[in-house]
Amino acid sequence: MALSTRALGTDPPGASTVPVVVDPTTTSVRGTSLWRDAVRRLVRNRLAMAGGIVIVVLVLIAVFADVLAPLPYTKTNFGRLNESPSRQYPLGTDALGRDVFSRMIYGARVSMLVGLGAQLIVVAIGVPIGALSGYMGGRTDLFLTRFIDVMYAFPRLLFVILVMSMLGAGLMNIFIAIGLTGWVGIARQTRAQVLALKEKEFVDAARGLGAGFTRLLTRHILPNALTPIVVAVTFGIPEAIFTEAALSFIGVGINPPTPSWGQMVGEGQQFIRSYWHLCVFPAIAIAITMLSFTFFGDGVRDALDPKMK
Amino acid sequence: MFQYVAARLLWLVPTILAMALVTFLVMHATPGSPLDPIAEGANPLPPEAQKKLAEYYGLDKPLYQQFAIFVGKAVRGDFGFSFVYKTRTVAEILRETFPISLFLGSMALALAVAGGLTLGILAAVHQNRGWDYVSVSLATVGVAVPNFVLAVFLIILFSFVIPLFPTGGWDSPRDWVLPTITLAMAPMGIIARFTRASMLEVIRADFTLTARAKGLSEGPVIFKHALKSALIPVVTLLGPLFAAVGTGSFFVESIFRVPGMGRFFVLSMTGRDYPMIMAVVLSYGVFLAVMNLLVDLAYGALDPRIRY
Repeated sequence: MALSTRALGTDPPGASTVPVVVDPTTTSVRGTSLWRDAVRRLVRNRLAMAGGIVIVVLVLIAVFADVLAPLPYTKTNFGRLNESPSRQYPLGTDALGRDVFSRMIYGARVSMLVGLGAQLIVVAIGVPIGALSGYMGGRTDLFLTRFIDVMYAFPRLLFVILVMSMLGAGLMNIFIAIGLTGWVGIARQTRAQVLALKEKEFVDAARGLGAGFTRLLTRHILPNALTPIVVAVTFGIPEAIFTEAALSFIGVGINPPTPSWGQMVGEGQQFIRSYWHLCVFPAIAIAITMLSFTFFGDGVRDALDPKMK
Repeated sequence: MFQYVAARLLWLVPTILAMALVTFLVMHATPGSPLDPIAEGANPLPPEAQKKLAEYYGLDKPLYQQFAIFVGKAVRGDFGFSFVYKTRTVAEILRETFPISLFLGSMALALAVAGGLTLGILAAVHQNRGWDYVSVSLATVGVAVPNFVLAVFLIILFSFVIPLFPTGGWDSPRDWVLPTITLAMAPMGIIARFTRASMLEVIRADFTLTARAKGLSEGPVIFKHALKSALIPVVTLLGPLFAAVGTGSFFVESIFRVPGMGRFFVLSMTGRDYPMIMAVVLSYGVFLAVMNLLVDLAYGALDPRIRY
């Protein structure tokens, strides 16, 4: 495609009547490129597609929360506390008389923001460290891998809770905490890939042609190391969502009054005997979200790496 | 063999030290102090009192000294007094709560191994038929859904809809059922997935074919020949699973009101209970490292191809 458009663009105006001959070998190679092939396999995977549709719906809910929610998430009604689901309040009200349904809708915002946003930070930290470690080798590699090993030995969630309770609750701090801990896995993956790729002939060839360090890494090695990184990121999303929910559940995640599903389950489960509706609906939301991302992630993995199935 | 174990044990020392250092730095590099009032918006202690307290707990010394003192005492098992539960030493609290967490964790892990292996074998033997779907979906739910969410569903189902078990407490064996199941679900799912994958591979191997060819019936083929080698990759999983069960128990313990270590952990973190935080993080670290070593040794014993 890119080839033919470029050819058209540079053609002199008079020559446009001449049919553009596209080299059949390039088109057939492009037709079965890894990514296009992967997308085809992904679309054929019904479970993954179902997960993908739910994810799209969740993102839409998160974006249009202001329009969709019948009430603001802070609106209290002290005359109607802890009410069961009714026509006016479809999922009931909480201990401050706030509409659980509206709070659930706004809760999607936090989950999606953390799930997708945290991965940017994780990639931004993990990929350079892993690439550097693998490419440089020697003492840099030794130092970085030792550091990675220590971080790996830490129980992940324990460290996140530690960082959060020290920094204090808040969305920004959740990003920091997940970023500080989440990069380790991606760094390991990237390092292993770079280590294997840097010995390949095409890298040697590029080096021989005079490509510098940055160019070698960003143009030749990393694009070929992308598959496992993409898979790791896809699985990192539900993990980040889980982390936020878990942190908010124990009260060191999102600051009230901003609603988060994890926080709603955490507060609601204390009154589960009397007011089951407070924690059941957000619990269902978390379960559905986690399952959708897992199915989608499984699909992406199988699509990119058919051998793994 | 001996050399390998010795080397691994020696490596434990710098790893634990680094862990302690990272935890220590995170605690001290972040704003806030254990002398701040716990209640939000409360008046701070008068400066003289703060100074006295800092002196008493050694918080006025330079950081490197504080760390050195901590390490020196910790080696002897002395973690000092808790900042939050002022009259009790950290060691005392841990002695009381750790066995409970360990008991819950062991039950959960036993259930996870038994259930996970059963599900995995069933799934592999009946690949792409009924049992396979049942066990794969159960495994996926166990892995994907957080345990505090599972706990809510289990309580609704088995305490309210069918009132079989209490919603919390830790007095009789009946109280143990729901927390154990909740905690076991995630590791069970992981074990089931791995067992299924590795069984599927082994079932197609030549030696399984040989076993069938010499006329063995399905039972001995699966349990005597296939399972033995299918188990090897599953054993490596146990290390990370200990960690999953350990951190998972914070949530399970707080939902089901189990008087284990998990509940103290969160409280000590938010209360900036420095000695308690260090002790909890390090005991988890040591526990995990030792378990990983044991798992690696078991791996070597199971697989004759591995020599240390």
